[in-house]
Amino acid sequence: MLIGHQPKDFLLAVSGLTVSFDGFKAVNDLSFYVEENEIRVIIGPNGAGKTTVLDLICGKTRATSGSIQFRGKELTKLKENEIVKAGVGRKFQTPSVFEDLTVFENLEISFPRGRTVFGSLTFQRDTTVTGRVEEVAEMIFLKDRLQTSAAELSHGQKQWLEIGMLLIQNPDLLMLDEPVAGMSVSERAKTAELLNRIIKDRSVLVIEHDMKFVEDIAHKVTVLHQGQILSEGTMERVKNDPKVIEVYLGH
Amino acid sequence: MITNSRFFNRSELVGLISLVLLLVVILPLTLDIFRLNLVAKYLTYAFVAIGLVLCWGYGGILSLGQGVFFGLGGYAMAMFLKLEASSAANTKIQSTPGIPDFMDWNQLTQLPFFWKPFHSLPFTFLAIVLAPAFFSFIIGAAMFKRRVGGVYFAIITQAIAAILTILIVGQQGYTGGINGITDLRTLLDWDIRTDHAKYVLYFVEVAFLFGAVVVAQFIRLTKLGRILVAMREQEDRVRFSGYSVANFKIFAFCAAAVFAAIGGAMFTLNVGFMSPSFVGIVPSIEMVIYTAVGGRLSIFGAVYGTLLVNFAKTSLSETFPQLWLFGLGALFIAVVLAFPSGLAGIWADNIQPRIDRLFASRGEKSGNGLIADGAPAE
Repeated sequence: MLIGHQPKDFLLAVSGLTVSFDGFKAVNDLSFYVEENEIRVIIGPNGAGKTTVLDLICGKTRATSGSIQFRGKELTKLKENEIVKAGVGRKFQTPSVFEDLTVFENLEISFPRGRTVFGSLTFQRDTTVTGRVEEVAEMIFLKDRLQTSAAELSHGQKQWLEIGMLLIQNPDLLMLDEPVAGMSVSERAKTAELLNRIIKDRSVLVIEHDMKFVEDIAHKVTVLHQGQILSEGTMERVKNDPKVIEVYLGH
Repeated sequence: MITNSRFFNRSELVGLISLVLLLVVILPLTLDIFRLNLVAKYLTYAFVAIGLVLCWGYGGILSLGQGVFFGLGGYAMAMFLKLEASSAANTKIQSTPGIPDFMDWNQLTQLPFFWKPFHSLPFTFLAIVLAPAFFSFIIGAAMFKRRVGGVYFAIITQAIAAILTILIVGQQGYTGGINGITDLRTLLDWDIRTDHAKYVLYFVEVAFLFGAVVVAQFIRLTKLGRILVAMREQEDRVRFSGYSVANFKIFAFCAAAVFAAIGGAMFTLNVGFMSPSFVGIVPSIEMVIYTAVGGRLSIFGAVYGTLLVNFAKTSLSETFPQLWLFGLGALFIAVVLAFPSGLAGIWADNIQPRIDRLFASRGEKSGNGLIADGAPAE
């Protein structure tokens, strides 16, 4: 195991993380480390605490104890928007985009400038912004839909739009919760391609059930079970771990 | 690329021009001063309604306590006017001359400290804007930082409206109690009770109203306006895009409060008194109804909605005084059930397409036929 390493070598160092909801420990003394430019996939049965781990890192849920160090910053003490500013981006399981706004406006809101009240009052839509929005829109296959209202997009396109909104934030750590759930086969392939392109220069933490997709992208896999790590390592190693086969892959 | 390259798009421009014609030309020419003064009174609520468009329509924050801010602005103005009306010469029959009459009736022998700054008109103007801004900031910070929202926020604002009413009524010696602050006479020695003054004040108010329309439109078109919409839909997504959702909600709530307070100050000037019956729960809810009827996403709709409901209220309550409140309730239910986007929605769905066709076939000639009946516009 990696315990004992200097946490400073890692982009993200989670140690002894515990959260309890009315005595039920959804995440129990969890420790793991993510390196720079690593793609880490978290898998595990339902209720294993996968989404809770992401919630804890991005500040949506407050930890009962333990620490989350990101580039030496303690995230457990920061507010959600401060965690975003520190460089952590989060995509939710169900696509959460702003349906009453256009694709362009969705991406523009995520552009990291003018995030205060008065900053947003004086925000100007200059060529830097439009250029970046168009660049990202091209990446997420929505270049010709910029003026479409987000409500009119398909499920898969909404997922891409939300990924695009994260890209425009340019986070150092990107967290994706089931990015291909509910997607068609062709959309899934396109998403894998998209993810492979956007992971350059950043670390990615992904929750996913689709094992083929996991195999395609993962550098390293962490298997969670009942809020604790059951197994960790390369996909090859995890797949052949008898404990993992028993609680998760065997079904 | 840029969707809102013009400050007002064509349908908004139609709304703006028809509103200018209606308020500046048609109503002053067709109504006598008594009726025009009633319109001035209605329009004071339009300020509140415009604020609610930003706060409720765009930001999704339903405040059932806008009467509080309307009252703060109105009372600040009334305190200045009352002090001017209570000169030693005017009040020499009192046992303590020089203080407002209701204080004398309540055995006060000197002016309370918080009344003293209201001798100054610049201070009063500052207070009209800053007092509600400060008060709404406190309420907003206390609620939104703790993530209190939705129905709970609405109930708390309603409670605050009730508390403030009770306070005003209870502290008769300081506030004039249930009667409010009455018998206001002059503004810097200019008699505000004459017909001429009422005309002037009407046009001053209309000018301020268009100022409010422009400011609201400006806010709506900035990125902040889009963030308000985004927040209403997906609060978490906004939060995890790096924004402090609470700060944006506080801003929207404060902006609505300041709009309401300016309306309140205008009310005092045009109507000539201020009382707790414009502060409490019932007026606060009525103000929400005006916005809902006009269309809570439309700045112009809010003005038309306010005018329409108030005209209906005046004419109905003159004829059927008992039935008015039932009528108002039925109207609100009907709007919510059948026309959730209010008059502006009806306009956008049914009338706007016809105008577009008219423009397309006849070029840029005119839209004159729409104006006279107070046509709602988006």
